[in-house]
Amino acid sequence: MAKITMTVNGRQVSGTCDDRTLLVHFIRENLGLTGTHVGCDTSQCGACVIHMDGLSVKSCSILAVQAAGSSITTIEGLAKDGELHPVQAAFKAHHGLQCGFCTPGMVMTAVDMIARHGSGLDEATVRYELEGNICRCTGYHNIVKAILAAAAEMGGARQAAE
Amino acid sequence: MYETNYHRASSVQEAVKLISGAAEGKYLAGGMTLIATMKQRLAAPSDLVDLRHIAEMKGITVNGRSVRIGAATTHHDVASSVELEAVCPAICALASHIGDPHVRHMGTIGGSIANNDPAADYPAAMLALDATIVTNSREIAAADFFTGLFETALNDDEIITAIAFEAPAKAAYRKFPNPASRYAMTGVFVARRDNGDVRVAVTGAGSNGVFRHQGMESALAGNWSPDAVGNVSVDASDLMTDLHASAAYRANLIKVMTKRAVAAA
Repeated sequence: MAKITMTVNGRQVSGTCDDRTLLVHFIRENLGLTGTHVGCDTSQCGACVIHMDGLSVKSCSILAVQAAGSSITTIEGLAKDGELHPVQAAFKAHHGLQCGFCTPGMVMTAVDMIARHGSGLDEATVRYELEGNICRCTGYHNIVKAILAAAAEMGGARQAAE
Repeated sequence: MYETNYHRASSVQEAVKLISGAAEGKYLAGGMTLIATMKQRLAAPSDLVDLRHIAEMKGITVNGRSVRIGAATTHHDVASSVELEAVCPAICALASHIGDPHVRHMGTIGGSIANNDPAADYPAAMLALDATIVTNSREIAAADFFTGLFETALNDDEIITAIAFEAPAKAAYRKFPNPASRYAMTGVFVARRDNGDVRVAVTGAGSNGVFRHQGMESALAGNWSPDAVGNVSVDASDLMTDLHASAAYRANLIKVMTKRAVAAA
């Protein structure tokens, strides 16, 4: 058994788990944050994507002990003061989901993508970088639209603030 | 996943010490293959020694045309290195097409090379770039390093700490990715030196793992152009046949990927 500490959505948390416990199970079961999903369990679908130290990773393919000491953001950490994150709002506005199972991973992937590419993000890049996230409902079109809209809006917001 | 004991090393020396005390220890780099394999119970190491926090194994140094990449450097960091892009854009492009963004944030060059998956991309680059695999105890030429499917010249407990190579005058990598897994069904890395030396390394196709194709190399040494490989014969007898492609199909892919790589270099 390991006793581990990490920062999750800005709060320091501790827990005890087996060394073999996957990070996604630690997040869901120890911390009760069930927004992060387990879809395929074979590291292909991306429903479990979270951010570790600012980069998107698949939490089903990382041991919780590997993440000890790191800073984690999950889907629950995006909205601030009851306001949806711009990417969440864009998914809602553009109907970027149907059943919603893949959505937490899609949104976390989109936030990472926009952070790396900024408002210059184009459709080809969005489609290429969705490689690791599978959606069985939407056919991806509205997901792509939502990400591009959010990138434009977030870039615009940054410019307005400057 | 079977039970395992996790250890985190902060130096190469500590990693070696930690694994020497383990019954059946394994080094854990990014874990993008190892953790998945453990989840399927195809691997069951008694102990894992995490190499991801060893500062001396991370980072990229470019000195003139000499490149050194720390073994714990992620695919993402290789893909986005401005210094590396300036001297060897081919390896940045190769790294940018491994797996998906999340895998590239964790997976490392050392992990990929040590695993030597017959369809992995980096082994082709190492052979074609005539790279040196630096370990905690010696330096191994890429030509001597990849010894078979998932087999390398590494001894038990030996750690790859870095890879080093001289950037060639021209290089490119092209792969035909499996539509589902995105692993190379065939990938070809070509490199040409100022002295006219040409190397062509093929991954994803050989039944014994990555290999150099001498026929392509001599054709391209005489005439560095995609047209030069048109008449080169590719022997399919040592190539893999699986549910994705026959050996004959892969033989043709070697030619097509070589042409595309030369055109892109």
